[in-house]
Amino acid sequence: MPESREHLQTLTEIRSLMERSSKFLSLSGLSGVSAGIIALCGAATVYMRVRTGLFTPVRDYRVDSYTDASHSSIEQFLVTVALVVLGLALLSGTYFTVRKARLQGQSVWNQSSKRLLWAMLVPLATGGVFCLALLQYNLIWLAFPVTLIFYGMALLNGSKYTLRDVESLAYCEIALGLVSLFWPGYNLLTWSIGFGVLHIVYGLAMYYKYERTPA
Amino acid sequence: MKTDLLAQFNKAFESKARLSIMSVLMVNEFMSFNALKELLGLTDGNLATHLRSLEESGYIAAQKQFIGRKPNTTYSATQAGQQAFSDHLNALEAFIKNL
Repeated sequence: MPESREHLQTLTEIRSLMERSSKFLSLSGLSGVSAGIIALCGAATVYMRVRTGLFTPVRDYRVDSYTDASHSSIEQFLVTVALVVLGLALLSGTYFTVRKARLQGQSVWNQSSKRLLWAMLVPLATGGVFCLALLQYNLIWLAFPVTLIFYGMALLNGSKYTLRDVESLAYCEIALGLVSLFWPGYNLLTWSIGFGVLHIVYGLAMYYKYERTPA
Repeated sequence: MKTDLLAQFNKAFESKARLSIMSVLMVNEFMSFNALKELLGLTDGNLATHLRSLEESGYIAAQKQFIGRKPNTTYSATQAGQQAFSDHLNALEAFIKNL
């Protein structure tokens, strides 16, 4: 009997080793929560500046009615806010993930995290360039759903190398982005839901599922 | 019956370290020496010995290359190694089920 227990334990260890070596499991739920809060702050900033109205649709003609000068200043403002949000979200996300990896006694920069990063980077960079092109053709409103869609694709691609749960978040982001495409005028709202609310909900769910140590 | 099943256990995988190395190489196409070391928590010498014996059985293959001047050896499981590993796991499973 002790021999069989030994074999069972070996099997359990092998299982964990296979998972640990091929997937990056230190992604913290708190990273999602912080990124979501930052995104909501960004959306609020944009709302206050542009005053498009979160619920009142903005049609193309209204955007066209801006003078060229105010148009480009709004564009500049949007890009700046987006970049600041991206930077802050990445910083805070990295912080919580590094913290979780340290707590688990695992290194952050290993083969699986590199694979995860690369898997996400390619769709994200593609989306970024795509948005730049949209901005160049003055299709600002289209850039909002496009960021959601490409972000969802990046998550979907990355979910192979981390917690499976990321996949569901990816589907939500893609669906929201697609809906947003056909629902112009509510872009800021869908964007806030996608990057703000969804992140917070997902982050909390992950935190309670994997990280909260039973007291 | 029991001895029969035990006979199917692969001697090459008797040590836990070797079983662990094989399982990591089953899910990762390549793994460097240092990554394996960190993952398994083995010492250089210990890991090298296990890797050599697996290599001699033809279950894993080593690719030696240099990054700058530093040697960087990566390991991958061979076809024979993957077959032997899954046979071993099947035997292990049958053994546990028969208890």
